[in-house]
Amino acid sequence: MTTTSDTKAPPAATPPKGSDERVSSTSPLIRLMKRPEMGAVFAAIVVLVFFATTTDAFFTAGGASTWLEQSSTIGIMAVAVAMLMIGGEFDLSAGVMTGFSALSVGVMSTYWGLNVWLTLVISLALCLAIGAINGLLVLRTGLPSFIVTLGTFFVLQGVDLALVRQIIGQVSIQGFTGLPGQRSASWLFTSYVDIGGLVLWSSFFWWIAITVGATYILLRTAVGSWIFAVGGDVKSARQVGVPVAKTKIGLFMFTAGCGWLVGMLSLFRYNTAQSSDGVGLEFISIICAVVGGCVMTGGYGSVSGAAFGALIYGMVNQGIPYQGWDSNWLYAFLGVMLLLAVLLNNWVKTRAENAS
Amino acid sequence: MSHSASTSTTTNPDPDKSGVPVIEVRDIGKRYGSIIALRDVSTSVRAGQVTCVLGDNGAGKSTFIKILAGAHGHTDGQLLIDGEESHFSGPREALDKGIATVYQDLAVVSLMPVWRNFFLGSEVSKGVGPFKHLDVKHMKETSNKELAAMGIDLRDVDQPIGTLSGGERQCVAIARAVYFGARVLILDEPTAALGVKQSGVVLKYIAKARERGLGVVFITHNPHHAYPVGDRFMLLRRGTSMGDFPKSEMTLEELTSMMAGGSELESLTHELEQSLGSDSEVTRGMKAELA
Repeated sequence: MTTTSDTKAPPAATPPKGSDERVSSTSPLIRLMKRPEMGAVFAAIVVLVFFATTTDAFFTAGGASTWLEQSSTIGIMAVAVAMLMIGGEFDLSAGVMTGFSALSVGVMSTYWGLNVWLTLVISLALCLAIGAINGLLVLRTGLPSFIVTLGTFFVLQGVDLALVRQIIGQVSIQGFTGLPGQRSASWLFTSYVDIGGLVLWSSFFWWIAITVGATYILLRTAVGSWIFAVGGDVKSARQVGVPVAKTKIGLFMFTAGCGWLVGMLSLFRYNTAQSSDGVGLEFISIICAVVGGCVMTGGYGSVSGAAFGALIYGMVNQGIPYQGWDSNWLYAFLGVMLLLAVLLNNWVKTRAENAS
Repeated sequence: MSHSASTSTTTNPDPDKSGVPVIEVRDIGKRYGSIIALRDVSTSVRAGQVTCVLGDNGAGKSTFIKILAGAHGHTDGQLLIDGEESHFSGPREALDKGIATVYQDLAVVSLMPVWRNFFLGSEVSKGVGPFKHLDVKHMKETSNKELAAMGIDLRDVDQPIGTLSGGERQCVAIARAVYFGARVLILDEPTAALGVKQSGVVLKYIAKARERGLGVVFITHNPHHAYPVGDRFMLLRRGTSMGDFPKSEMTLEELTSMMAGGSELESLTHELEQSLGSDSEVTRGMKAELA
């Protein structure tokens, strides 16, 4: 960046008249186009139009209900992962965390007979603690979070499989329905609104609420500035007094908390949990975040973009079978999207840094 | 963090130059075990004056600023702040006394907008509890105003700070330190990485900071940058002071030759004359410099 220093005229060279005529060169439209999430918004529209025009079932109330529900659970995770990525870190344990939270609630309620509300609280506390451990390990050891959370990922997967089998003798939870507190708690996770056939599950509203809340925090609070700063340049952030450790640990805990929420949404919706639940979700979340405009190196991105990334995932996931294609083409599609998005992001980021 | 400091200093355009210096060092030194990094350095920094610290690489400049900035404690001599003997235990303490250091890497996050960088770590919020949010309007207006007061006219404080030139970024860092209550600015080689034009811009802002009544410690190895803005020159070489002179006792030529070590420069000129010939531009330039 210092290379640009000599090519630019000093500010004294431009006469300090009213600043209006220089600002007018960047119209509101250009400013909007420069936002990191614009790529994902554009791609979402293309995907929507494509499946809406080439299949019959996609753009109906019933079809939309399905892909919106799928987008929403992925979306919650993607928003959290995007926030963490802007803060300069990864969390590979985010996916398996959803399985861990559901299994812990399942074991405690079905096998030990605890009230479901109590198990929700204990499980959330466990998840937040694991998130905090992730953060502490990353900060204390100075290792890349990629490695540290890969470690927690495998530890949790081992716990999900071995410990759960040791306690209850099998690797899936059954008989969850009708336990004390289950009916009242399920209101939080399985309510729905039916608008003329368009069914919006509570996961959809969680998704919107978390996206709006995270956007607000990121753009309009001091914590948001700190997140951008610790991701963009951690040394500078520390020098000016940003609480780096608090910010990063908070981000890891937020991601873990969202993993817990996604686990609960799935447990209450399907009344079952398996040890393999959530594995792979971490990569899909990362792809959604990158498609949404987050830069892998941190300091740049948008959570609403990640929400749109998840919307694309949900739509394609549903659109491919509607189209009559083999559903495994989804993976190839995701791979291509990821690569295109990374290239686009790098280009946008370079422009944001250097063009004025 | 007194936000009023910037306004109070501007209302005092003619500081009392005969008063007590903000910083005074007397025979200060720093030893690391048996290694003497700095010894017998004396100079003073007054409000509304620029004290230049000149020296080549390894002369002890960075040890000297680390003592002033509170990063290292001194082991010998005296450090007086407002006439009182002090010993800093950390950078925070120096900052609380109004001594701010602008390091070469500037502590800015290049992808973030100028106004966010300006207030980074000291954000201004309004509202209570969960409704506590950034006062964006105030922050944008303030950063714009403070930068304008330093003579930096930005198109848009919303642009990423990375889009600014090196000189401009330096000035944002200076303006930030001034706004958050600095009385003395320590500038660590602010012109080292800049081209001629950009260096001129930074020198202009150093003069501006002096006009606003700040004391400035300007570290550099370039006498041509130091002389136009400096009021006092302290030269370091091999960890010790070669003297501390007010501008009235020093010409640019003397400063240059002291910096280069007159005799060393002369022998270098001879060497160049032999290898390049006496008519070469480089040799003539060197001779002109020596004369």
